[in-house]
This record gives sequence, C-alpha cells and structure tokens, in this order.
Amino acid sequence: MTPRELLIQAAYIAASVLFILGLRSLTKAETARRGMQQAALGMVIAVAGTLLHHEILTYGWILAGLVIGSVIGYPLGVYVPMTAMPQRIAISHVFGALAATLVGIAEYYTHLHGGEPVSTPLMAALGFEVVFGALTVSGSFMAFSKLQELIPGRPLTYRGQNVANIALFAVTIGSFGYLLLHPGAEQVFYLMVGLALLSGILLVLPIGGADMPVVISLMNSYAGLASAATGFAIGNNVLIIAGALDGASGFILSIVMSKAMNRSFGNVLFGAFGSVVAGGSGKTSEGLTVREISVEDAAMQLAYARSVIVVPGYGLAVAQAQHTVRELADLIEKRGGEVKYAIHPVAGRMPGHMNVLLAEANVPYDRLVEMDEINPQFPQADVALVIGANDVVNPAARNDPSSPIYGMPILNVDQAQKVIVMKRSMNPGFAGIENELFYNEKTSMLFGDAKQSLTRLVSEVKTL
Amino acid sequence: MTYLGFIEIYVFILAGFVGFMVITRVPPLLHTPLMSATNAISAISLVGSLVAAGSERNQVSTILGFVAVISATINAVGGFIITDRMLKMFRRQPEQVPGEKKP
Repeated sequence: MTPRELLIQAAYIAASVLFILGLRSLTKAETARRGMQQAALGMVIAVAGTLLHHEILTYGWILAGLVIGSVIGYPLGVYVPMTAMPQRIAISHVFGALAATLVGIAEYYTHLHGGEPVSTPLMAALGFEVVFGALTVSGSFMAFSKLQELIPGRPLTYRGQNVANIALFAVTIGSFGYLLLHPGAEQVFYLMVGLALLSGILLVLPIGGADMPVVISLMNSYAGLASAATGFAIGNNVLIIAGALDGASGFILSIVMSKAMNRSFGNVLFGAFGSVVAGGSGKTSEGLTVREISVEDAAMQLAYARSVIVVPGYGLAVAQAQHTVRELADLIEKRGGEVKYAIHPVAGRMPGHMNVLLAEANVPYDRLVEMDEINPQFPQADVALVIGANDVVNPAARNDPSSPIYGMPILNVDQAQKVIVMKRSMNPGFAGIENELFYNEKTSMLFGDAKQSLTRLVSEVKTL
Repeated sequence: MTYLGFIEIYVFILAGFVGFMVITRVPPLLHTPLMSATNAISAISLVGSLVAAGSERNQVSTILGFVAVISATINAVGGFIITDRMLKMFRRQPEQVPGEKKP
C-alpha cells in the first residue's frame, strides 16, 4: 500500500467512526448538536481523502460540481422553514439517491465500454444500486410533490392498481435476474433503470398524505441501501458503513411509524387506506350533536386551568400556529397553570414533525411528552386542547372494532376533565372517519383557523 | 480492479447492527433531525461521484459523475446545515440553567 492509499484509508476510517459517534450523540438532545458537527467534519475528511485518489486526473468538473452543489445546498439548509421540513427531507432523498444511481450507471458504462467484463457480483451490486436508487428518486419526488401540494395529497387509485404494480415489480426483478446471467445486455440495464423509476412513481401514487411518515422513512432506508450498494460496487467501505447506518435508520423509523398506525408495512404500501374506508365505518354522526364554544368561554377555561395538555396535529403545521400556541402557553403558565404537549408518533407528515415545529417556537423539549408517558396523565388534566389533530385522538381506535383505525394507539384525550377541539370545520380527517370525541359531552368545539383562534384566545386570556 | 469479497458483506452486516443498536435508542423527540442527519451522512456517496467525475475514463462517466457530485454536495452541505439548525432549537427549560444567555 502506498503512503497515499494509506492516507485515504485512514481518512475513511476516521469518517466512519465520526459518523457512528454522530448518530450516537442523537440519543440525547444535549449532545446531539456537537456530535453532528463531528459527523460533518467526518464528511470533510472523507472528501479530502478522496481527492487524493490516484484515479482522479482532472479537478475541473469536481470543483465545478462542489461549488454548484454548495450554492444550491446552502440556501436549502439555511432558509427552508421548519413547516416545510417534510418536503425538504423528501427532496433530499431525491438528491442522495440520484447521486448513487448516476454513479452506478457511470460505473456500468465504463466497465462495458472500457473492455472490462462486468462480473456477476459487480452486476449484483450495480443492480441493487440503480434499482433502489431509481426507485427512491422517483418515489421521493412523488412524495415531495404531494407534500408540496404540486399534486393532490389524497391517494390516487384505479382499478387493478395492485396487480399492475406487482407485475411491474416482477418485470423489474426479472430484468435484474437476466442481467445477472448476461451482464453485457446493455439495453436490459437501461430498461431496468426505467422500470425502477416508473415503480417509484406508481408506488407512491396511491399513498395518502397522512401515510407520508412511513413513505419518507422507507425512502430514507432505500437511499441508504443504494449508497451501501455503491460501496459494494466500487469497493469502498465508508460508503458501505454510511449506507448501512442510513438503511438501518430508515428501516427502524418505518417500523415505528407503522406500529403507531397499527398497520403492517404491506398495508401502508398496498392498502390504499381510502378504499378501506369506502366500505363504511361503523358509526355515523346521525342524531348526535356537537357543542360549540365561544372564544371567551374557552379562554376562561384555559386561564383558570391548573393543568393543560396541548395535543398538536398536522393542522397546527398547516396553520403555522406553533408560535401562537407557545404564546398562549406562556400566559397560562404565568397564571400558575402547567402546560404540556402530547406528541403522537405519527402526528404530522414525518417522524418527529411536531417536536421540530414546537422546538422552533421555543417550547422547551422537556414539555414535549411522548404518547406512552402522557396517556396516564390525561385524567388529571383540567383541559386538553386539541389543535388540528383528529385520527390520533379518536376513541374509536380503542372501542369500535368496526372502525378502520381500530387498534391504533391513540392519545386518551377523552379522559381529560374537559376537551376543547380546535378545528376548521366538521369535515372528518383524512380517513373520512367520524370522530366520537367531538360528540363527547366533555368536548366543546372551537371552529375556525387554528392560528386566528389561538390569537383571539391569547388576547382574551390577557384581559382576564 | 473491483474485487467483491466477503469482507464487504461483513462490514455491511456489522455496520447494520451498529446502526440498529444506536438508532433504536434515539428518542422520538429527535426523529426528524435523525432523518436529516442520516441523509447528510449518506451524501458520502460523494466519494464515489468524485472519482467518476475526475477520472477521465469517458465522457459519460464524467458527465454523470459531475451531476452526481452536484446532488451529493447539495445533501452534504444542506443536510448538515439544516440538522444543525434543528438541533440548535431543542433546548431545555430556561429557568433550570440560570445565567444562560438568551438567544
């Protein structure tokens, strides 16, 4: 091994260690920031090491690429608002997977046209790389478009969809299998890339906005696997390690998200939730009435409460009301009350969405309480304030076996002394499921835009 | 040149285990930063892109490598910045650490 190679390998080992330490630092909020800065240092070391690589002859394209990438990446890091975080994450999966896919195609092309035969193991690595990569590029782009509302967020379904998708997968895997036997079949390779791209689009098309946490996690995992496969293809261990870490992380998050919805992976991907609901849920709202509450009365209840639990949902993010919530909470606390936030794992559009939003509004993170910990505290709460959340507080998940969400773990809001639900209108949530919480005698509804209502609540509480 | 040994498979599996053990301990509080962090880390595919873009093997490799360098750099730069931005926001109750500078 030449000294230069030794240096490169040392850089890669350092980077791998720093990446693992960086992720480990994320187990605690106090250490997280420091650890991730070390991981960033690891990235710089790895890139610097690579630039010493003996195969690199010219630096023009590299430099141009690094500069252009930084010019685009910097504003994406600094200016994207926290409310747009789900689509920001989705688009970054597109970039990551695109890089892996393009490297895979370049590697294949170079081997084929450089007179070097593509061996079967190399073909296997390249195949995984471009299939996972292409699938993630188009799938994440679809997720991004749905979250950014470039296309409708509801599930888009058609007759025979699952059959068509499975057939498409079969052909993609079939062409992969063919390539393993005949790695020189160039057309089949590009066909496979095209099919994988198409699969990504069709896979995400039938998935609704509320299932996005699972999709984003899954894409995270695929992007990681594509990176790891790149490492196999070019024989680079730091790529394999980073890819494996990413893959494991995405996989774990997907499982956590699926569990929090009480659904299997397969059900999210192939279930098209909307069609289940079309069958009809057990309960209807007929003969039931809801109680509306005025802002004045709601302000009164909140102002004199000793203990308030705020339950945020996607509606909070849509209304961008996180700062106003914090303002209200400050007022309640000034009057001697205690405010906590109950965070359901799938509230919002990605894992941890609500935590980031509320942290942005300067809510201390020890006030953000996870589901299992907060649920026993609801009976002692004077008021539960539900803001833009629906299915995650629907008691039907506990006590109505005919409901499509039956069995999903929920926040036991109905056990609080009083419940105030802030909602735009009586439209049911994404699943179209009636929520019996709204008809509960403890519940009163405060209709209107979450931000406006909260602003009015703030000024009311101030006058009390 | 491209020797595919079992060593790589060992590395992959062991790294997967390390990832699994570390990441199961990440609290839900930090799940969004975790996603953006793993995303930034997987921009390490930059390493492969750099070689493809700079090795003058053929034009296809150079151009694809160039585009790959751009997109991986976007993730590396943007990903670490946004992760840091998020983690900066997570703080404890201010009263518990008296004397701390208010941002």
